[in-house]
Amino acid sequence: MTTFWSIYISVITIGTLAGCFWLVRYTMRVNPNEQLGEKELNHKWDGDLVEYNNPLPKWWLNLFYGTIVFAAIYLTLYPGLGTWEGLFGWTSHKQYEQEVEKAAAKYDPLYAKYAQVPLTELAKNEDAMKIGQSLFGNNCAQCHGSFGLGNKGFPNLTDNDWLWGGKPETIEQTILQGRNAAMPAWGPTLGEDGVKAVAEYVLSFTGRESDKALAEKGKQTFNTMCIGCHGADGKGNQMLGAANLTDDVWLYGSSKEDIIETITHGRNGKMPGWEKVLGKDKAHLVAAYVLSLSQDQ
Amino acid sequence: MSTSNTFDDKVVRQFAVMTVVWGIVGMTVGVLIAAQLAFPELNFDLPWLTYSRLRPLHTNAVIFAFGGSALFATSYYVVQRTNHTRLFAPGLASFTFWGWQLVILLAAITLPLGITTSKEYAELEWPIDILITVVWVAYAVVFFGTIAKRKVKHIYVANWFYGAFILTVALLHVVNSLEIPVTLTKSYSIYSGAVDAMVQWWYGHNAVGFFLTAGFLGMMYYFVPKQAGRPVYSYRLSVVHFWALITTYMWAGPHHLHYTALPDWTQSLGMIMSLVLLAPSWGGMINGIMTLSGAWHKLRTDPILKFLIVSLSFYGMSTFEGPMMSIKTVNALSHYTDWTVGHVHSGALGWVAFVTIGSIYALLPKLWRTDGMYSTKLIDVHFWVATIGVVFYIASMWIAGLMQGLMWRAVNPDGSLTYTFVEALKATYPYYYARLFGGLLVLTGMFIMAYNVYKTWKSKTSDEPIAIAEPA
Repeated sequence: MTTFWSIYISVITIGTLAGCFWLVRYTMRVNPNEQLGEKELNHKWDGDLVEYNNPLPKWWLNLFYGTIVFAAIYLTLYPGLGTWEGLFGWTSHKQYEQEVEKAAAKYDPLYAKYAQVPLTELAKNEDAMKIGQSLFGNNCAQCHGSFGLGNKGFPNLTDNDWLWGGKPETIEQTILQGRNAAMPAWGPTLGEDGVKAVAEYVLSFTGRESDKALAEKGKQTFNTMCIGCHGADGKGNQMLGAANLTDDVWLYGSSKEDIIETITHGRNGKMPGWEKVLGKDKAHLVAAYVLSLSQDQ
Repeated sequence: MSTSNTFDDKVVRQFAVMTVVWGIVGMTVGVLIAAQLAFPELNFDLPWLTYSRLRPLHTNAVIFAFGGSALFATSYYVVQRTNHTRLFAPGLASFTFWGWQLVILLAAITLPLGITTSKEYAELEWPIDILITVVWVAYAVVFFGTIAKRKVKHIYVANWFYGAFILTVALLHVVNSLEIPVTLTKSYSIYSGAVDAMVQWWYGHNAVGFFLTAGFLGMMYYFVPKQAGRPVYSYRLSVVHFWALITTYMWAGPHHLHYTALPDWTQSLGMIMSLVLLAPSWGGMINGIMTLSGAWHKLRTDPILKFLIVSLSFYGMSTFEGPMMSIKTVNALSHYTDWTVGHVHSGALGWVAFVTIGSIYALLPKLWRTDGMYSTKLIDVHFWVATIGVVFYIASMWIAGLMQGLMWRAVNPDGSLTYTFVEALKATYPYYYARLFGGLLVLTGMFIMAYNVYKTWKSKTSDEPIAIAEPA
């Protein structure tokens, strides 16, 4: 903030407060020829509208003065008057940092202790899993659901079906760094009929009813275009997050229309990385909790 | 009788009747969205019936259609009566009526279609913004023109408040709505980031301060002494609280943006000015309630006075609660919870709607030359139904808000949050039902009013214009 604006802000702020004070004092003056109290002033409107001129109530005046004094004290102690930082040197950033620091000092040792425990063991620790559930509920449930059952576009974490791998360390890595899935849009390349053919072929992986002739045509396309990620057998590739098409678990819907939509427009699943938000130790707990979700099954 | 010595009340009657109509419409939408929060399936999977589109329709309808029509009606009535003169430029006044109805109609079409600037209480898109500006300038010309040709020397206090409301709303609307049109239905604000947020809440809080407070204080200053048959308690109090109110309200906006990207110094100024605002706000309450004192016995027979006194009580409560909520530490608990919703409705229903309802009940018999409303009993029924409704609404939202604030910040011994967001939401359901019930009662009251208004209109005795009384 430039000096000009700092002075500008200070002047109009102090001016407003002082102006309020002056206004009260000015209005309280009683002219020699003025009557106070329950006597009608000598104007009248609309037949019977008249005014008394009672003095300002004392308690109300004190309230008014009190708030002005409070404002003056507050602006001395806290930032408000332009670049004046206030005697307390308070800023919201500092308050935040102090609170985070305090919390870290209090709680970090506990999380550091759990961070030493291997995931599979931690997943059986009831106390740790209570914390894990709380962290999951406040950070992960928005997408994966309160019980980790997922939703369209957000994987179910309880079904032991893993897009990026279900090994404990892999789950932890997924949480820490996030994942970006990229299924390209095939609509422009294959055209409407081409997409339909591939969809028929994809349906046949799970033994569902499909148009044999179309599926045969789709197979050829699949084996040139899709095989790179999903494999010839359609079992996918966890290195790439490519879905297994043979297990009847469908992230974006299982109907033929859904599958056609997926092939036509592609899908871009995005799981954010949580290391910056949670820190490594808490992410470790969440990983153990996610692991416990599928182990219960 | 020639028109030069009669009042122009046609536009008053039009706005007064539309106040009741828009009250019913706006509150019906309010009840619907309250029901949607309790029963989400009530959006019927139709985009234009979703909460996100109907909520702005509700706020626009109750503030600008219901509240706005009430302000137009009473200000046109009061400015003529207290200045002992006919409206300046009646044709222009008529234009404000039809123009304002058109604004409301366009809002009712565009908002459900999802056409919005996304600025709270200023959602209407640029062509409607321009129409609002034109109507508002016409309003100012009529109002101040009428004052200019007054037959009395002193300008009555109600006019100060109406005048401040009209001038400031013009300023707020124009500055906040500065936007660059892209298509007929889409524009972008010329502000961005924290500046945009600040301008928006400078507008937003002053919409409360000038539209919903100053304007309705004007209404209060005419109808309370009139209905009570008592002198205004203190002229000097009205002077000091008027100037202090309009000065400090201007600063209060940043309290909507505590603990955000808004610079700390701005937040501090918003907070302290909101606190200084307490006494000036209460000046109006004191003047209203003390004007009634001495006429307490009339409360037994006059339910209109009950509406007015309860409105002043809610006004006092809301204007105490507001400054408290602007304190940063309190705000850290109350912000983003239903407490805010409760606070707003304590002002909007308890104060704005009640003072409006009381004033309209007092006004209509004068316009239609009937001996009071068709049924005083029904006014009383309306009063009790509405009061119980408002109390249900506010109390449930207070409890819900406090509960949400406490649940969101509750921390386990291990430092993790005790409750997830969805648990707090689940715990809110009983209060959503209670709020819906309260809202339904308030709406029921409006239907009772509509019936009473209709019956009164049927029994009107004369369409003759009313003669202007000579100043005393």
